[in-house]
Parts: sequence; C-alpha cells; structure tokens
Amino acid sequence: MPFSLLNFKALAPEIFLVLVASFMVLFDRAIRAKDFFFWTALLGTLVAWWLCRTSLGISFGESYTADHYGFFLKTIFLLSLFLSILISPVYARRRGFHFGEYYGLLYFAVCGMMLMASGTDLLLIYIGLELMSLSIYVLVAVDWRDPRGLEGGLKYFLLGSLASAFLILGLAIIYGRTGTLFLARIHQHLSVDPAVLAGIAFFLVALGFKVAMVPFHMWAPDAYEGAPTPVTAFMSVAAKAAGFAALGRIFLLAFASAHPMWIKLLVPFAVLTMFVGNILAVVQTNIKRMLAYSSVAHAGYILLGIAAGTREGLSAVLLYLFIYAFMNIGAFGIVTLLQREGGVGESIYDYQGLARLYPFPALLMLLFMFSLTGIPPTAGFMGKFYLFRSVVHAGHPWLAVLAVLASVIAAYPYLRIVMFMYMREPEREIQPASSLSLWAALGISALGVLVIGLYPGSLLHAVMGSVF
Amino acid sequence: MEKLVFGYLALAILVSALLVVFSRNAVKAVLWSLVLFLHQAVLFLTLQAEFLAAIQIIVYAGAVLVLFLFVVYLINLREEITWPRFLSAYPLAFLAILFLLALSGAALSGFRPAPPKGILTAGALLAQGHTRILGEHLFREYVLAFEAAGVLLLVAVLGAVVLVRRIREEGR
Repeated sequence: MPFSLLNFKALAPEIFLVLVASFMVLFDRAIRAKDFFFWTALLGTLVAWWLCRTSLGISFGESYTADHYGFFLKTIFLLSLFLSILISPVYARRRGFHFGEYYGLLYFAVCGMMLMASGTDLLLIYIGLELMSLSIYVLVAVDWRDPRGLEGGLKYFLLGSLASAFLILGLAIIYGRTGTLFLARIHQHLSVDPAVLAGIAFFLVALGFKVAMVPFHMWAPDAYEGAPTPVTAFMSVAAKAAGFAALGRIFLLAFASAHPMWIKLLVPFAVLTMFVGNILAVVQTNIKRMLAYSSVAHAGYILLGIAAGTREGLSAVLLYLFIYAFMNIGAFGIVTLLQREGGVGESIYDYQGLARLYPFPALLMLLFMFSLTGIPPTAGFMGKFYLFRSVVHAGHPWLAVLAVLASVIAAYPYLRIVMFMYMREPEREIQPASSLSLWAALGISALGVLVIGLYPGSLLHAVMGSVF
Repeated sequence: MEKLVFGYLALAILVSALLVVFSRNAVKAVLWSLVLFLHQAVLFLTLQAEFLAAIQIIVYAGAVLVLFLFVVYLINLREEITWPRFLSAYPLAFLAILFLLALSGAALSGFRPAPPKGILTAGALLAQGHTRILGEHLFREYVLAFEAAGVLLLVAVLGAVVLVRRIREEGR
C-alpha cells in the first residue's frame, strides 16, 4: 500500500487556523478588549496565507494534496475571510456579538473549506464540508436577538443536513462500485453504470446545495437575509467557492471519464439556476434578498465552467470565484455601511438619492453593481468573458448565448439600484457608519474590481497555472 | 435460513423505522428507534461485521438514544405538536419521493455484484478481522479525516455553547 510519511508541513495552514481559532475561543472570557480578537484574526489570515504559499505537497497517503489548485482556492477563502473580518466589527459591536467565538467560528469554517479544496479523499472532503457547514450554521444564527437569523440558521441547518445525507449516499455508492475513496483511484476504476450515475447525481445534489444551485437554493434567501451582513458576505463568497472547489475536483478528476453523462445532468441545472436566480432577483425589494438571488444566478454561470469539463473551463471558474470575492463582499460592505437597527437600510428604496447625500459610497456601490452586471472595464466583465469563452471553446455556443441572455435579465436588479442612487430624490437620510476597517475593506474590494478589470494579465496567468 | 433471517431483519427494520416516524409520542418514537438499532446490529452480525455491531449497540443504542431521551424529557414533549401544513404543494412531495424511488430502483437494477475492486475483499476481511482492518485504515490513510472529525466535534460543541449561552456580557 503506498503510504507517504506523515507530512504535517503540507497541512500547516489548517493546523495554524485550528490553533488560532481555539486560542480565540478559549481566551474570550479572559480578554476584555474584544478588538484584540479582531486584530488577531486579521493578522492570522495573513500568516495562514503565507503558510499556504510555502507549504505545498502531498500528505497522508493520497488523502491530502496541497497543490496549486488548492492554493488558489485557499487564497480566495482567505481573501474573503480577510475582507469579512474587516467589515465585521462595526456590525458585530452594534448587535453584541463582537467576541472571540465569532472570529473562531469564521476560522473553523475556513479550515473546513481548505480541507474541501485540498482533499483528494471523499471522506476528507465530506468532513471538511461538514466542518464548514456547522460553523456557518452557527454564524448565521449568532445574532440571537434577531429572530430572522435564528430562522435562517435553522432552515439552513435542516436542509443542509439533508444535503449531507445525499453526499454520504453518493459516497457509499461510489465506494461500492470502485472500491476506493481516493479521487485519483476512483478515476482509474470508474466504469459508468446506472448505480455510478446515481452516485454522481447524489454528489451533484449535495454540492449543488452548498453552491445554491436551483432547485436546491431555497435556503439561500432566508439564510442570507437573516444572517448578520458580514456573515452573509463571507458565506456568499467563501462557502460557494468551497462548494465549487469540491465540485471541480470531484467531477473533473474522479468522474472525468463520465463527463459525457454528467454534463447532461449539469447543464439543465446550470441554465435553470441562471434564469431562476436572475428572474427572482428582479422582484426583490430587500437588498440582501436581492443579492442572495443574484448569488444563486452567479452559481449558475460558474456551473457552466464546470460543465465545459475542460482545463480552460476550470480556470475560468477559479478566475470568476476570485473576482466574485471582491465584488460581492464589496456590495455587502456597502449594505453594512448603511444598515441600521430595525431593518433600516435593508430596503432598496433606502438607496434612493444616495448619490446626492453621500456621493462616495454611492460611487463604490455603482462600481460593484456594474461589476456584478458584467459591464467593462470592471472585473465582473473579465470573469464573465473568460467563463463564456471557455463554454464556447468546449463546443456549447448556445449555452453561452443563454448565459448572456440571463446576464441581460440580471442587469435590471443591479442597475435599478444604480438608478435609485443617482436619479431619485432621497426619502430618508441614513448616515454611513464610520468605521476605518469597513472603509479599508471597501477600498480593497473596489481596487480589486478595477485593477483586475483593467489589467487581468497576471491573474490570468496565475489561474492557468492553478488547474490540475 | 440465511434468507429467512435477512427477510425478518429487513422487515423489522423497515417497520420500526416507519414507527419511529409515525409515532405520536416522542418517547415511543425514541424507543422504536432502539428496536431499529438493535435489528441493525444483528444485521451487521449476519454480515460478520462484529465490530460494527458492537459499535452500533454501544454508540447508537447506548449513547445517542439516551441523549435523545434526555432531550425529549428536557423539553417535556408529551404529545406531538401539530401544526397546520405550511406547504401547499404537499402532494408534490410524494411525487418527488416516488420519482426518487424509481430512480434508485433503476440505479439498483444495474447493481450487479461485480468482482470486488480494491484490496478490501470479503476474503481479506475474514482472514484479518474487521477490527484490525478498520484500525489499520483509520489510523493510516484516513488518519487526517479522523483528526478532522475531532475538530468537527469541537465545532459542534462550540456552536451549541455559542447559540445557547444567551445571557452573556455584551461583546463590545
């Protein structure tokens, strides 16, 4: 049996995250100045990223592979963790959950995501997924004064448990047919028969749930609306990226030989996801719900990249996830900036006339909305361009046409916000929260959206080198 | 004889599982699941998986069910709480279940006992014993998953504490 030495070095970032998280949780009682945890979490993210960079390698037999694919995704997780931590304090202080456990749970969630991104063993991927999900269920409901948060958390938990059951079912079937749980060996032994197809379908259901694929998206609007806004920002980007990380590795590595079969399953779901997400986003009046449906729609676009089944498609997926982190957390950052007690600042009508009162936040929101729509020269355009191009190159031009059609529908909800901000008279004045860290997050996001939009070259290069 | 035992076990498992779901009294539901777990343990025994059978009794029947009973008594749930159905598309759920059953049936019909793949053949299992093989694999190539499961349990406990400890100093 091939078995490499216990190479703990490859696992350094995960071990580091668990240690720091445990520290923050343990010493929450002892340390009164809660800002300490904010700074620890922020610094720890940078250290973890440095550890990811320096510790590539295969470890624990074949179950853990810290390759460039894993590294790129871990960068996305840590980036969204960093930005989410930056927008957290102003919200958390107001709602009374600015404590060590909050940051600890964020860390545990990222640890789970890293195991999903680098796991090459279905069992490890499953446990990483559970680690991520459990932490996020709690984070959604962490603001216990808000019944919407509890409702969203409970819904997410119940449906998520069902999705996990599907994952285990799929895992059992695949094990039964191939005799192994390691992705590379599944790839060798996989022969397509109805049982294997059922197993693949179960995997698609379970991971599709995590990325909010229609028809498994029901939890998303409630969980996104109920969760504290920084948590919403975090889960909408990082949890989705983790879902796609596992989807990409499992479907394009383990199930690669069954691609002609599962593409028939994936494409209808992807098209449905794009259209349902965008059409339902049109009728929302709560900005968090609107962004939730938009996130469903974005999952649809990204699924197309997986469906392409090529290296180019997968690299476009990675690029899109990276860009999505900047633009979506930026948008949720603006929501945090304007949100007040009692749901004030959550209605899209609260954005009316924002440009007249506070031109700078309005300008940033404009930038993020343009990027989410996919208007050049923002990063969102680059993401969509490479994604749709990879779909065309894979031989599905009509899929790209459908995707462009869906993005045209998507322009309505995003540009409506822009229209409200710039062309309407203000109804009530909401003073933006003053928080240096929140502004730092907005600045980084805006910079990311602009720089990637204008100079995508080096990022494209990095992405092409990150596909296994 | 083997078929008869299996038939009895399968029937008992199905019936007790249905009784768990349909019992109106929560305590009775928990006790029916005890019956379910015991039959499952015997099923494992007939497959010569003694270790799994023991685990089933010790962990599920011994620990998990007792915990369930504690919870049921803690929230003092004598009769099932009934709500009006909040899903208008209720019958559609049955359709979905039927569809899933048909799908699983179609999938299982293709499930021929192929020559076992991998190293864990029935012969190897019998020769070395389940416990030994399980231990070897759990603490070798699956040791990382095993450790990660420990972190998972820690997060579960932590999450429960964070959610339940409502009266706490404001984190400002």
